[in-house]
Amino acid sequence: MAKTKRNVVEKESVVVKFVGDSGDGMQLSGDMFSEVAALAGNDLATFPDFPAEIRAPQNTIAGVSGFQMHMGSSKIFTTGDLVDVLVAMNPASLKANLKWAKKGATILTDTDAYDDKSIEKAGYKGDPLQDHSLESFNMIKAPITTLTKESLKDKGIDNKTAERCKNMFALGMLYYIFNRDLKSSFRYFEKRFKKKPELIEINKIALQAGYNYADTIESLESVIQVSAAKMEKGRYRNITGNIGTAWGLLAASEKSGRPLFLGSYPITPATEILMELSKHKSLGAKVFQAEDEIAGICSAIGASYTGSLACTSTSGPGLSLKSEAIGLAVITELPLVIVNVQRGGPSTGLPTKSEQSDLYQALFGRNGECPVIVIAASTSENCFYYAYEAAKLSMEHMTPCILLTDGYLGFGSALFKIPKMADMPAIHPPIAEANDPNYKPYRRNPETLVRQWAIPGTEGLRHRIGGLEKEDIIGTVSTDPLNHQKMVDYRAAKVEKIADFIPLQEIDGDPTGELLVVSWGGTFGAVHSAVKQVQSEGKKVSHAHFHHIMPLPKNTGEIFSGFKRILVCELNSGQFVNYLRMRHPKHDYYQFNKVQGLPFMINELNDKFNQLLEEK
Amino acid sequence: MDDFINMTIERSNVQLSKADFESDQMVKWCPGCGAHAILSAVERVFPKIGYRKENFCMVSGIGCSSRFPYYVNTYGIHGIHGRAAAIGTGVKLANPKLSTWIATGDGDSLAIGGNHFIHIIRRNVDVNILLFNNQIYGLTKGQYSPTTPMGKVTKTSPQGTIEHPFNIGELVMGAQGTFFARVPDNNINLMTECMFEAAKHDGTSIIEIMQNCIIFADKAHSDVIGKEVKDENMLVLKNGEPMLFGKELKKGLRLNGTRLEVVDLGKDGITIDDILIHDQYDQDPGIHNMLAKLAPPHFPMVFGVIRSAMFPTYDDLVEEQIKFAKDSSKIKCVDDLLNSGDTWEIN
Repeated sequence: MAKTKRNVVEKESVVVKFVGDSGDGMQLSGDMFSEVAALAGNDLATFPDFPAEIRAPQNTIAGVSGFQMHMGSSKIFTTGDLVDVLVAMNPASLKANLKWAKKGATILTDTDAYDDKSIEKAGYKGDPLQDHSLESFNMIKAPITTLTKESLKDKGIDNKTAERCKNMFALGMLYYIFNRDLKSSFRYFEKRFKKKPELIEINKIALQAGYNYADTIESLESVIQVSAAKMEKGRYRNITGNIGTAWGLLAASEKSGRPLFLGSYPITPATEILMELSKHKSLGAKVFQAEDEIAGICSAIGASYTGSLACTSTSGPGLSLKSEAIGLAVITELPLVIVNVQRGGPSTGLPTKSEQSDLYQALFGRNGECPVIVIAASTSENCFYYAYEAAKLSMEHMTPCILLTDGYLGFGSALFKIPKMADMPAIHPPIAEANDPNYKPYRRNPETLVRQWAIPGTEGLRHRIGGLEKEDIIGTVSTDPLNHQKMVDYRAAKVEKIADFIPLQEIDGDPTGELLVVSWGGTFGAVHSAVKQVQSEGKKVSHAHFHHIMPLPKNTGEIFSGFKRILVCELNSGQFVNYLRMRHPKHDYYQFNKVQGLPFMINELNDKFNQLLEEK
Repeated sequence: MDDFINMTIERSNVQLSKADFESDQMVKWCPGCGAHAILSAVERVFPKIGYRKENFCMVSGIGCSSRFPYYVNTYGIHGIHGRAAAIGTGVKLANPKLSTWIATGDGDSLAIGGNHFIHIIRRNVDVNILLFNNQIYGLTKGQYSPTTPMGKVTKTSPQGTIEHPFNIGELVMGAQGTFFARVPDNNINLMTECMFEAAKHDGTSIIEIMQNCIIFADKAHSDVIGKEVKDENMLVLKNGEPMLFGKELKKGLRLNGTRLEVVDLGKDGITIDDILIHDQYDQDPGIHNMLAKLAPPHFPMVFGVIRSAMFPTYDDLVEEQIKFAKDSSKIKCVDDLLNSGDTWEIN
């Protein structure tokens, strides 16, 4: 740790947000700052917050791009509600983010960016740095652009290149404020700019100059210390939810011995899964960027018939387009993993914002009686494990599985303890053996009701399947009424039986009490943190966070029976709560919903918990 | 000829016959439907192609044509409307060692599935597409399709259609197609020959089969392929041979400036040397495209293999990239991947 002449203030956790124009390099600053925090042993979670447009107009609120990170010396569950330290590179980013700053937050801003035009474009009437409106914050006003250019003036580079290093100058100041070491970032420049060595030196200079400047200014009274967290021993890395999902699928492919096929079409916020898997051809992954969402899933169905672990990744509107094909996978009883990285809807909705409003679509959005497995990841790091489980359940039970994640999980990152493949659970797809005289396309395992997977090319197993209803066992086309009833019942019972193969629902807190808080998917961090807070106040509140939705864990009803009240919190108008009302109608459910494209805030959850606890 | 067949697909070590590919399912097409002849041609050509019977995979969408997989004893998947090309792409990419055949119709592939149709062609995925063109929606009982001639009265065009039909050959070549053949459903030998040529061709092969729907568009093609007119109105191409037609093969096609024209041998000093020689392997689609567009009354319609040009296939390129990545990447297994890049130990 670097030595400092200032007071050191120890903090358990700090939320830092970098904001600026889309071209200001805020994502890079955020990434680098996160890496340094991780190397210092902090637990952390990050989230990039950028506009839907690639380069929205400069210096406008619409063009603000941000990166938020939450680091701590204890386990971090969310990317943080309100910001302790805000780095705002221009008036628009300040204006757009001030509402997220805690009272007394430290705000670092570039005074050079506050010319009349930029102030006006941001929607300010006058210069906010001069009108005393920011007095409740700890303002660090620095002429960052001028100082950056000054530090690089002998380097023979043009003005524009020099100016582009201002994010590194600001980052250097932040390193000082958090007492961080510069060396690892120097190494990072050396790696990143290997092919442009001239950039290595100027970035180093800008970073160091920012650090030195912060060391000399008087407006800084103290530096902040976030100590290393106590983490489980092991090897770690940073991972985003989308990359975790991609890797989980690769892991399941390797474990099961079934080659991976992904058929997908680019769509925010799921595209990263397609891009990531495209990079891993060395693991045999076949990645097909299709002409549309429908071709994505249909190519995957073709690959599944042919014996691959077949997947398609998408977001809400794309899932709508895939509905008919999901039905084909259901009736042909082929494995298929459908990843839906949820975003705000309906229609194009809020492409870069997060919601949990596709649950009905995942459960019910198809013609006919069409049950599929539905599971949901809850953190950026467990996307890996739930993608793996989606593949395992889908292949072992010969049924499509929809994996729900969301934009926050997908784009967000967290520390990930690297597992060993040898420790991952085995996957046993029910593959039919060559020349099995008993093979019939729809002969089922009596216990699981799963049919066998007969892979084209295998001797003695030629058969036809398709979207028309099939005769039980023999698999020929059938319109017989009683046979249809039987097949509908089989497909439903097959999915229900999966409850025997998934873990029991866990509960955080006492198994009985006044209030059970229920949540699912990407809201885990916020709900968990809020519950912990009221539990620490001695209140009888427990928490059940669901990952398995269709089917629900077997003990769901039993857990619910232990509580006077059940509060279901979700980022939609009440889709999971209504599903629970249908599946477990005996209980009395309360609901807390928000559909603003924003995550839950811990405070608003606590207020709701307390309100219910006080009601008689 | 057999030597040119794809050698990466495992061949049968016994001589297969038509019976090996007949399914036990009752064929439910209308009596007199042209699809029966197509089925018969497929059952004849598969043993001739000679792959193991387990290495054929039939894929289809929706429509009368798309019941096809149920009637052939191979691996098969009957998909959803318009998506056979997408499903077939997945089958072929996942297992390039399957000889993949798609049975589809003019509604399935040119209307609801038009997007997948042009893209599979553009990519040149090595599949064989049997496109049953009966110029009508049969299974839904008689609505006009994208190939129904303009002005035709159907159940959804009581005053006649007001849409310009697709010329399938032109569409295929516009999408950079590498193989296009056209056959009538009343000539099983020509159908079988073209199917064999399609199997030989590496890349997306489109065979337009002018199929008769006896119920809803009966005799739609009879102006071209009917017994009384076929000699004058059909020109059957043979690679390397002059493009001749007519009862006594006295008529031919020649290039006049930038256009094709019909000439009579022996008239105005025209000799066999003036007649265009067919080169199905020409990479330039110019003449192929002109041939595909010809139609009566001023020209014959052209049949047989119009184009069979060699270009890399998508599935081969996929395999090449994977091989290259496997040979050159340090990441050989998922443990390598998980531990790649920036990682650190916490003790």
